[in-house]
Amino acid sequence: MSLLQISEPGQSLTKPPRRRAAGIDLGTTHSLVATVRAGQALALSDDDGNVLLPSVVRYRQAQPVLVGSAALDGQIEDPLNTLSSVKRFMGRGLSEVDRLAQQLPYQFVAEGDEMPRIHTVAGDISPVQASAEILRVLAERAGTALGGELDGVVITVPAYFDDAQRQATSDAAKIAGLQVLRLLSEPTAAAVAYGLDQGAAGVHVVYDLGGGTFDVSVLRFSKGVFEVLATAGNSALGGDDLDRAIAEWMLAEAGFADDIGHADIRRVLALARQAKESLSDEEETRVELVLTDGRVWSALLSRSQCQQLIRPLIEQTLAPCRLALQDAGVALSEISEVLMVGGSTRVPLVRELVGEFFSCQPHIDIDPDKVVALGAAIQADILIGNKPDSDMLLLDVIPLSLGLETMGGLMEKVIPKNTTIPVVRAQEFTTYKDGQTALSIHVLQGERELIADNRSLARFELRGIPPMVAGSARIRVSFQVDADGLLSVSAREETEGVESHIQIKPSYGLTDDEVESMLRDSLTYAREDIDQRRLRERQLEADQTLEALAAALMTDGQRLLDDDERQQLTQAADVLRQLRAGDDEAALQQAIENLERESATFAQRRMDDSIRRALAGHDVNDFLSNDNA
Amino acid sequence: MAITLTDAAVKHVRGFLDKRGKGEGLRLGVKTSGCSGLAYVLEVFEQADDSDVIFEFDEIKVAIDPKSLVYLDGTELDYRKEGLNEGFKFNNPNEQASCGCGESFTV
Repeated sequence: MSLLQISEPGQSLTKPPRRRAAGIDLGTTHSLVATVRAGQALALSDDDGNVLLPSVVRYRQAQPVLVGSAALDGQIEDPLNTLSSVKRFMGRGLSEVDRLAQQLPYQFVAEGDEMPRIHTVAGDISPVQASAEILRVLAERAGTALGGELDGVVITVPAYFDDAQRQATSDAAKIAGLQVLRLLSEPTAAAVAYGLDQGAAGVHVVYDLGGGTFDVSVLRFSKGVFEVLATAGNSALGGDDLDRAIAEWMLAEAGFADDIGHADIRRVLALARQAKESLSDEEETRVELVLTDGRVWSALLSRSQCQQLIRPLIEQTLAPCRLALQDAGVALSEISEVLMVGGSTRVPLVRELVGEFFSCQPHIDIDPDKVVALGAAIQADILIGNKPDSDMLLLDVIPLSLGLETMGGLMEKVIPKNTTIPVVRAQEFTTYKDGQTALSIHVLQGERELIADNRSLARFELRGIPPMVAGSARIRVSFQVDADGLLSVSAREETEGVESHIQIKPSYGLTDDEVESMLRDSLTYAREDIDQRRLRERQLEADQTLEALAAALMTDGQRLLDDDERQQLTQAADVLRQLRAGDDEAALQQAIENLERESATFAQRRMDDSIRRALAGHDVNDFLSNDNA
Repeated sequence: MAITLTDAAVKHVRGFLDKRGKGEGLRLGVKTSGCSGLAYVLEVFEQADDSDVIFEFDEIKVAIDPKSLVYLDGTELDYRKEGLNEGFKFNNPNEQASCGCGESFTV
């Protein structure tokens, strides 16, 4: 009979309802949402059938915020209040984004190293708030499709996002009223969408050429976990640059070069994009440019011509690829799969050059615009609990290796870092000496080789090992980490079956505050600690002196001392005994010295007496001959 | 007719109720399900039915509907850890067989 958990009222009588979860790709230029329905992940579109939501938010005075395509026009009409590419500012201080900020029309408001806010008619808006608006629209879209509010979401973030940037993303979700099940790195999400997590262990490359950014990541998949080995990229290179290259060529060819306005530039860019897209399938396309002032130009653009224009840009992505491989310490031959992410990877030349570089056929079967969101949706579906336990994957991992101390002060790793939890691992150890009956087990956490460099978690002992020749005992030590990160370690001697175990909570050992207060205490109480220690030492000294005196009085008191002398010594001893009970270290010290002085004569006499007795009836020569013997 | 709760079970029920913040007590019962006929019900109750039989263990109320009580008579509810799993276990003397998946049992 399986173990049961307490359910909510009435729920154990019916099948638990399917919970609503979605995956969100919160991108620099576009965002989208996907969910799993009937076992299939699919991206959700808005009422007009658009899956991609431009990551643009337009703030207006006393009017609702516009998000997505509705806000696009604002980029020209109202650039100060229309925010785009806010992802670049997430979790960053103004000093970090200064260079970028100067290229944008926004008025940044910032104090110190805080995340900059952007001044708009609707107040000062932080990038987190703007991101929240985008998330809200996507969550609404998913809610409508799933028939109710979302229970949880997985949001993707670039692999290189640091804690602050991840926290900012998570805050944005909180503002949008979403429960974040997990932040998933974008390349990992792509790998999940391709089902690489169901496949064999291996090293994979995710090549992500988006609208405005390029990222390449090297992932290693093993034992159910994706580890990002290295990332590289160019935050100012994307599909928009390809469009620009084509547009510039068109303007130059048409001779319209410099004297055209904003609206015409947009028109040319749109035309360039169209041409680029149709050349993905066709060998040539006709471009017809009609300017607002009535000028018209038309030409045929062939695929090879277009490739000439964009080739230098695509070649720029190969240097980061090389760098990522180098950083990851991975050779080209080790790479199993190359995944294409981002709309720009639809351009055949991108696939060709990337394929050449990695000498393999890159995957693009899943829509590169959606693949990240689809992977996130698959994760969300699992995390919210819509899948049976057996399908669990990409669980939480232990951040640092767990192991134990072996002879020579070395750390033996039992569970390596990035292992998914829950997990049980066992390893066999043996005795070091003949007849060894106990084994001390020192549990450690960390990546270093020497135990001194790792964090000590606990120590315990296994006793009652039957005496055997060194190396013949078989001691099985198992490490078990449950779903809450609770570690328990047990040791079992296999022949007799003696057992011992301990439970530890590695990740929650001490909070930062506790550690800090412990350190502070050790400084604050340093004086007291030392005084305490000195008093304790003095008291021990007094005890020893009194004991020695009492023993001496017992044996020789009557014989070597007269009544007066005896009384004087007893008095001094009483004084010391009284002070011993108190905590005046200085007085105690004095009393000890006093007693030693008082008893000096007595000690002298005892010494003389014993020498006399030892020598009585002997000739000095006896001792000399003894020495020579 | 009666049932018992082990100390561990009482402790975990109390912990669960405290954490949940509301709930009168624990409802035990049986329902038809699974491949072997019956399955146990283990849930919180907000309000007992008039027909319920109420037991009390250390201030923890346990409600059982009279029909279920017939199947549960003599049962000891335990809380235990088995490897990585932990949860409640019904030690039911009436249980004749339970199915492989552990979902259901027969009396």
